[in-house]
Amino acid sequence: MISSVIFCILLTGAGVFFAINVKKIRRNILIGRDVVFPDEKPKRLRTMLLVAFGQQKMFAQPIPAILHLFLYAAFIITQIELIEIIFDGVSGSHRAFRPSLHGFYTFMVSFIEILSVLAFIGTLAFLSRRNLLKVPRLVKSELNGWPKLDANLILFGELTLICFIFMMNGADEVLYTRNISHAANLGDGSLGLSISRHLGPVLFGGMSDHSLYTIERVGWWGHIMMVLGFLNYLPFSKHLHIVLGFPNTYFSNLQKKGKFATLDSVTDVVAPNFDPAYVAKTDPDHPQKFGVKDVQDLTWKNLLDAYTCTECGRCTSACPQNMTGKKLSPRKIMMDTRDRLEEVGKNIDANKGTFVDDGKSLFDYISNEELWACNTCNACVQECPVNIDPLAIIMDMRRFLVMEQSQAPSELNLMFSNTENNGAPWQFSQSDRANWSKEI
Amino acid sequence: MAEMLAAGETPEILFWVGCSGSFDDRAKKITKAIVRILDHVKIKFAILGTEESCTGDPAKRAGNEFLFQMQAMQNISVMNGYGIKKIVTGCPHCFNTIKNEYPSLGGNYEIVHHTQLVQELIDQGRLKVQGGAFKGKKIVFHDPCYLGRGNDIYEAPRDVIRKLDVELAEMKRSRAKGLCCGAGGAQMFKEAEPGNKEVNVERAEEALALNPDVIAVGCPFCNTMMTDGVKHFNKEDKTKVLDVAELIANANDL
Repeated sequence: MISSVIFCILLTGAGVFFAINVKKIRRNILIGRDVVFPDEKPKRLRTMLLVAFGQQKMFAQPIPAILHLFLYAAFIITQIELIEIIFDGVSGSHRAFRPSLHGFYTFMVSFIEILSVLAFIGTLAFLSRRNLLKVPRLVKSELNGWPKLDANLILFGELTLICFIFMMNGADEVLYTRNISHAANLGDGSLGLSISRHLGPVLFGGMSDHSLYTIERVGWWGHIMMVLGFLNYLPFSKHLHIVLGFPNTYFSNLQKKGKFATLDSVTDVVAPNFDPAYVAKTDPDHPQKFGVKDVQDLTWKNLLDAYTCTECGRCTSACPQNMTGKKLSPRKIMMDTRDRLEEVGKNIDANKGTFVDDGKSLFDYISNEELWACNTCNACVQECPVNIDPLAIIMDMRRFLVMEQSQAPSELNLMFSNTENNGAPWQFSQSDRANWSKEI
Repeated sequence: MAEMLAAGETPEILFWVGCSGSFDDRAKKITKAIVRILDHVKIKFAILGTEESCTGDPAKRAGNEFLFQMQAMQNISVMNGYGIKKIVTGCPHCFNTIKNEYPSLGGNYEIVHHTQLVQELIDQGRLKVQGGAFKGKKIVFHDPCYLGRGNDIYEAPRDVIRKLDVELAEMKRSRAKGLCCGAGGAQMFKEAEPGNKEVNVERAEEALALNPDVIAVGCPFCNTMMTDGVKHFNKEDKTKVLDVAELIANANDL
């Protein structure tokens, strides 16, 4: 009875705390400019199913893809068992669904156990890739400090969670064979769990009844506490991708990657020179900045991208500039965007819901040197397993530098003036443009 | 184009030459190769000549949307004035810009990259291709970003190269995983940021590791970057950098 009350309090508390933080993240994402996506529902759903649910792009690198699949599958399927755990926790029952589901129950929990073992192996492999093998993209400088700790905390958390599952199930198996488990005795002599049936007796076989009850309870409570803890860790971690990967792929750019956004605010200035009857597309009372200075100027999709990024670094390892030692790292662009957004969010919280200018901008996080290095080659966009677009942010920040600040590198200014005066990026006369044709 | 109009003729296609193809000495050879192919199959084509102006691609990628739109609208008004319907270009940057970024500014044309046109001509039987001097040679194709990842065109240039009876080799980073030559995003017009290697050297190194006779490209900027990269390794005697149009025109003495 008391345990049911404690459980309900914990569950409600965790739920409320999580909801508060989710609301904050939603508020932060909506700080971004509105952007309307063409309504192509079937295509969007298909992209989400393939890329997020089906992990299509992960399989460009088969080894991490398979390891990740272990964790992903275990995570998805475990949600089913969670229904029973919550039911048991609230009602004070124990394995409440087993008598009615029996064979199916054994199958499901056994399946979850096998996936948990695979996830355990996957997690160990991931820890060693980060900390022993030091896979280059997982040890780059932008991960120093919190991002590195964050990644390891998640992995250690997963290991602990899986250990709790086997404490809970293993001890219960031994108790069941001794006919003293709190689970309803169906006269079958064993819970029949694929792994724990064997692992339980090996680990806990010689222990007293009392120790077994203790281990089982520690496992059970430890497991649900880890689940609730993990849930509430998400909003503070890179691990949000497990949720946001889905909406983010749904709102993927479905057009050709070579097509860059056309700025309506610029068209409104340029078009009247060519067409006197042109009707402005933007609201003249709310003039838009040319390009992006801070997170408020980005679109909500850019900001959703930032929260979705799980810092895997596939973008950065594919970036031609990064691999040749330049400062630019597309992953850092996404991490910086999120960090600045969180800072703006905290500013809003501290100032009763309105942003008070703090004299900072996204340019305090991302340097001009990084922005100017980009080849706009779309390798980062291509690589991202959840369709994040770092290039869109780089381009919009370049636009701000050029059109609001006139801060292009001098060689580019020369290219601009050549284009403007000669119709070519080099200093050639437009009248010589067809000279080649006389050489045929 | 103006001359054709004066003579009351309508071209089958407009050849958008591009700045590089118009002014760069190396790229002019590609332009001439394309013309040789067009003439050979007797396609009635026109150029805008001095009325052509930069598409605005480098300005746009460098963040100067104003200049881009000025260039775009100027080009669009010229082309719409001539009633242009179909365009071929030898530059993936011009191709991408006209194809994807002109429509929302009022320029709607059917545009193909020259490798697509050549493939079309071969498929239609209008262009017969033999390997000639390239027969049996090892050729590796470098994907231009704005043709490949930018517009998902990976096979047209490869199909055309295969017609030459050559050994088509692939770098590990090819097609969607292709590595940039280092020129895109207006990098062609500025010095690289501090680092430990030039991107074109990285890419040329990868291509040269296959020991090819020819590095085939489909972009005048890639051509410059790869040529410089090959020179960096002093391999210009063994490995030539040639555009797909040059391969076709040279192999068949067009």
